[in-house]
Amino acid sequence: MNALPDRASVVVIGAGIVGNSVAYHLARLGWRDIVQLDKGPLPNPGGSTGHASNFIFLVDHSKEMTEITLDSVRQYKELGVFTESGGIEVARTPERMEELKRRMASAKSWGIEPAELLTPSEVKELVPFIDETVILGGFSCPGIGVVDSLRAGTLMREEAERLGAITINAKTEVLGIDVEDGRVRGVRTDAGDIRTDVIAVCCGVWSPRIGRMAGATIPLTPAVHQMIDVGPVPLFEKTVGEIEYPIVRDVDTNMYERQHGSEFEIGSYAHRPILIEPDGIPSIEQAAQSPTELPFTKDDFDPQMEAALELFPDIVGDERVGVKYAVNGLISLTPDGMPIVGETPEVRGLWSVAAIWVKEGPGFGRTVAEWMTDGCPEIDPHASDAARFYDHQRTKRHILARSAEGYNKTYGIVHPMEQWESNRDVRLSPFNGRERDLGAVFYETAGWERPFWYGSNEGLLDEYGDRVMPREAEWEARWWSPIINAEHLAMRDRVAMVDLSAFAILDIAGPAALDFTQRMAVKQMDVPVGRVVYTPLLNPAGGVKADLTIMRLSDERFRVVTGGFSGMADRKWFVSHLPEDGSAQLDDQTSAWCTLGLWGPKARDVLGAATGDDVSNEGFPFATCRWIEVDTLNVLASRISYVGELGWELYVPMEQGGRLWDVLWEAGRPHGVVPVGIGVYATTARLEKCYRAHGNELELEFDLVEAGMAGPAVKDEDFIGRDAYLKQRAEEPAAVLCTLTVDDPTSASGVKQRYMLGREPILTRNGEPLVDAKGRRSYVTSAGSGPSVGKHILMAYLPPDRAKAGEELAVEYFGERYPVTVAAVGSTPLFDPSNERLKR
Amino acid sequence: MIVGLVEHDGGVVSEPSLQMLTLGRRLAERLGEPLAALVIGSEARPVVDGLAAYGVETVHHAVDDRLDRYAPDAWAACVVDLMGTAGPTAVLAAGTDRGNEVMAHVGARTGLPVGANCTEVQPGDPFLVTRLRWGGSLLEDARLHGEVKLLTVAPHSIQAEEGPAAGGWSVEEFSPALQDTDFRVQVARQEGRPAGKVSLPEARVVVGGGRGVGSPEGFGPLEELAELLGGVVGCSRVVTSLGWRPHTDQVGQTGVRIAPDIYIACGISGAIQHMVGAKGAKRILVINTDRQAPILTHADYAIIGDVQQVVPALVSAIREGKGL
Amino acid sequence: MDVLVCVKRVPVTGGRISLTDDEQDIDTRYLGFTVSPHEECAVEEAVRLVEAHGGSSTVLTLGPAVAEEQLRDAMSMGANRAVLIEAEGPGWDGGATAAAIARAIGDAGVEYDLLLFGNESADAGGYQVGIRVAHLLDLPCVTGVKHLEIRDGKAVARREGPGGFEIYEVPLPAVITVKEGINLPRYPSIPGRLRAKKAPVERLHLDAPQPGLEKIRLRLPQGRDKQVEILGDGAAGVERAVEVLRQIGVMPP
Repeated sequence: MNALPDRASVVVIGAGIVGNSVAYHLARLGWRDIVQLDKGPLPNPGGSTGHASNFIFLVDHSKEMTEITLDSVRQYKELGVFTESGGIEVARTPERMEELKRRMASAKSWGIEPAELLTPSEVKELVPFIDETVILGGFSCPGIGVVDSLRAGTLMREEAERLGAITINAKTEVLGIDVEDGRVRGVRTDAGDIRTDVIAVCCGVWSPRIGRMAGATIPLTPAVHQMIDVGPVPLFEKTVGEIEYPIVRDVDTNMYERQHGSEFEIGSYAHRPILIEPDGIPSIEQAAQSPTELPFTKDDFDPQMEAALELFPDIVGDERVGVKYAVNGLISLTPDGMPIVGETPEVRGLWSVAAIWVKEGPGFGRTVAEWMTDGCPEIDPHASDAARFYDHQRTKRHILARSAEGYNKTYGIVHPMEQWESNRDVRLSPFNGRERDLGAVFYETAGWERPFWYGSNEGLLDEYGDRVMPREAEWEARWWSPIINAEHLAMRDRVAMVDLSAFAILDIAGPAALDFTQRMAVKQMDVPVGRVVYTPLLNPAGGVKADLTIMRLSDERFRVVTGGFSGMADRKWFVSHLPEDGSAQLDDQTSAWCTLGLWGPKARDVLGAATGDDVSNEGFPFATCRWIEVDTLNVLASRISYVGELGWELYVPMEQGGRLWDVLWEAGRPHGVVPVGIGVYATTARLEKCYRAHGNELELEFDLVEAGMAGPAVKDEDFIGRDAYLKQRAEEPAAVLCTLTVDDPTSASGVKQRYMLGREPILTRNGEPLVDAKGRRSYVTSAGSGPSVGKHILMAYLPPDRAKAGEELAVEYFGERYPVTVAAVGSTPLFDPSNERLKR
Repeated sequence: MIVGLVEHDGGVVSEPSLQMLTLGRRLAERLGEPLAALVIGSEARPVVDGLAAYGVETVHHAVDDRLDRYAPDAWAACVVDLMGTAGPTAVLAAGTDRGNEVMAHVGARTGLPVGANCTEVQPGDPFLVTRLRWGGSLLEDARLHGEVKLLTVAPHSIQAEEGPAAGGWSVEEFSPALQDTDFRVQVARQEGRPAGKVSLPEARVVVGGGRGVGSPEGFGPLEELAELLGGVVGCSRVVTSLGWRPHTDQVGQTGVRIAPDIYIACGISGAIQHMVGAKGAKRILVINTDRQAPILTHADYAIIGDVQQVVPALVSAIREGKGL
Repeated sequence: MDVLVCVKRVPVTGGRISLTDDEQDIDTRYLGFTVSPHEECAVEEAVRLVEAHGGSSTVLTLGPAVAEEQLRDAMSMGANRAVLIEAEGPGWDGGATAAAIARAIGDAGVEYDLLLFGNESADAGGYQVGIRVAHLLDLPCVTGVKHLEIRDGKAVARREGPGGFEIYEVPLPAVITVKEGINLPRYPSIPGRLRAKKAPVERLHLDAPQPGLEKIRLRLPQGRDKQVEILGDGAAGVERAVEVLRQIGVMPP
């Protein structure tokens, strides 16, 4: 046992695959005086790593997760603990066969090769013990394999020790975390106290417990994943080593099966969600096996046995093959299914690296270590950011409800627009009652219920006929309505009211407000009071951290308005950089203000009818904001637009929103005002204007030059990422963001028009993938209808030699290629290219 | 009167019986009653004299030609016979295979309850006893009812101690009333332990190998060690997964459970699943390079070092010690 | 031949046993359940005997309703029938349990050729039930059996005795209590489990009796954590290891 140091540069709590990876990468990045603790013994402290099935499938529809996984595989291979076995997802239903085509597309988008679709008999050739009559086909990736995650962890710890960077103390229990002024100061353990400013909580299912010691919520829940081992399998008698046959995911039954030496392992995500309280995990002493291997509940698994018997009768149906090991293994589930990675918003220096599977461990270890070192992870972890959760998303009830709902989607066919059913109606704008009356169909963002379209607008369908680009294929008609496109056209013709109350509103005030805002934003913030600035924020490496608008309300007050989805992460980014002396402070005003967008050619007529103030182009120019009186309300009006039309964002206190809605509704009636949903705001109108969206076009991996957002000049004042940005500007971009249109959406069957939804691979007309100088594939970052241009619109980063208007390319969708053409390069909009509508 | 049923092996009183008598004597002293012993069969004659040193006042010696070979129910009949004539407060036996067996028969014959494997006894009515559960991982405090208290004493729960010799000392032979049916179950014949290889669950010595053994060939020295000690080789799950050994050798949760006098675990880290299978081992000697390996927390002895060097060295040392 | 095998539901204990607050039971919040290893072997033996000699095997337990799980486990190993004597409460000492089992056997009117028990239960360790059932049914009983053969209507049973092995021969019907090591129990197959899931379980209900051995409370023995003795580094440790082997008495003569 090592003596416990009394000081550390960082304390890594946990010695599963995650803790080991974090410690290893910190050591490699030059950190010294690292202390790693685990309550359990080494090399298997008893967490989820110890009972993991240890296989790695490569393709996920999420780019972030795929990149992390690929990075993990690279690392496992370096460590010599990866055994390539191949893996096949098999389909039992026609719907699943379609999904496998979609996975094939994702494989191409993320550059995973080889990957192919197999017929049942081709599957049988690779997996001779499968009953191929049960399946319709398979999706095979030969690069799939298994790892020895415990061995990997040992090698990582050894390397960190070899570097002289680390002291490892197993069997050391963390009893408390000292926090002063919102910052980590130390760790208390049963072997003594350690002073430190940085802690990485890599405690898997125990993370909530450790986080709570510091006053932070790590919103995950332990949940049961059932697994059995049967054997000895006569068929495997002559095989050598751990695995010779591809792993099979029987995704329609939410199961997987794999060879493990002489045994056959059957795992399931099919049973009822069995969620365990974080305090309900037994201690090492209380557990019969390990704390994360709970007693097997047989009844839950019986249907899975039947399913396994169907698919593998030769093995599972063999009376000589017995169930040798069966466990309810604990894994971590989160309310949105993504990991929880990054510094916690509650406590500076307290990092969460949790809800991570073996396939992601080393990748997230590296990402977090980079993030801790200089704030610049190579892979953008924004979808996993620990700071993303709103308060209500940290409640026990929400965590349990969503985790339970998400559990059976582990292998599900999940539509990109699919909505959660549980725990809805949490955040309601003051317009909600009126929206309900208008037949709004609500989609959720960050707990907010936002109308996606309005049933009351059904009549517009007749008005616009085929211009609404109706969708025949069920997949893209799911979670969609042609009313969205009708609303779009009506907005472009008349005027629309859009509920934007989900905006996160962050006021920055104080004597240093200007200096601070200036330092955060790429654009010049030393602007007159009443100006509105749309600006990206960069990280030090010049990756795009956020894009948002900032209003200058007074000399010492700026109002940041950003999307509800990224609001919490953006808030964390600002808060982490606030001056220590309190000379600028952030005040979250999100719940104080509601927002109503008023846009369209008639917007000025409507607003003019409701206010006595000057709303003319001269009196109220574009990109300015000011207080106006509307009826009896004081309204903060901001003349900007994300839909490419004349109009305003109108802000009033929450409780006055209803009145604002009614006044504008009345004033708008003579002008044919329509309520318009987020389907228009976030997709159709945005795409026609080629506006970028964070998380789609904008992420850390792309820079402003590539995104076509580099302005003519760079301000003199320093800001985060400036040096990197200057360097990017001096170089030729490796990719250029372009807007493409689908030439002909007719599928080869000739029956249906098909409309892509995003993330599909962009190929040459011959089907070759496009790869840029940095090795990145071209894929669809956003997709949607362009009713005013009459085309289906796609955005994609293309290599510069392909980024030419008129360039003929293709997109793959459900196994077919569709011809597309580059319609615009950079930020030139397809609709109203000179932006006349905005500025008249 | 307290009666202790005394077992012997080849004319020597078994250690657990002496422990039982020690507890019996203390019980008798507290009750102010005499301690008596019951010995069965003519083979028991040599042990009779030695019992006085343990405070036995009267040795009741059941004699019947048919009692030469062990017959559990007949032994029970002897106990019941004596209970009828001597009217003891309690009858004790050692918590051995035979002691527990005979007392269960006595209980069945008399309808009285039996407290098996007691470690402490407080006289009274009922008796308050403490007894072993879960093979000794747990203690139970219980009330033992019955007109005559029947109990066995857990071996090695107390030390056998001689006590002040009782005032009087006598041996009383008696011929118990035995039926032929009492001999329905009787040892038909005895066999010595067979030569040749023992099975893993039965082996007194198990030499286990884990990943640290390095290769299938690495098990050669382990085989040699096991053979020298009359034991067998087992292995961890990793080893079977790697295909180095057949599954039948696997010790653990999904393999065989062993209960040897000593388990020599070579290059095994000590996963919980493995240790479950080795829980029955009386002692564990670990040979491992890693001082931190979890198996060390279960071990009695450890040699820190590489299996591939230590095991051959151990083999030669044993050969030398044996004079080979 | 018709074989009855009796089992008892017990928790799978962990690294350390902990007790409920009232000290009446083991805290099983985190534990699964099984039967004692002796009984698992008894089930295996029953199944093998029926495989070899024909007939049927019946598994019986006395315990809470949830002990059905252990009956189905036995059926997934191949037992043909199952009987559950539902009995809650603390009164079930060896005598009461044996009486209930003997009555159930008598009431059922099945003439079993062989009644198999574990030598002692994993939890209570009373050594009573098999022997008492034998007396109640007036059958011969051999305990602690590690090898069993059935030939010519007789059971030939071997067990370990003071000086070696003891061989018993008893006529059938008989009661045999077995010890782990008699066989290597099979793992239940999946078809076995699926069959067992659907198989009927016969149920009887009994009220708790007055116990003769009455539990007051359970206690944990004083902790004696193992302290490892390091014999030395590398080959330097060998000399003391030989000493240890000699003490234990496993050195070759």
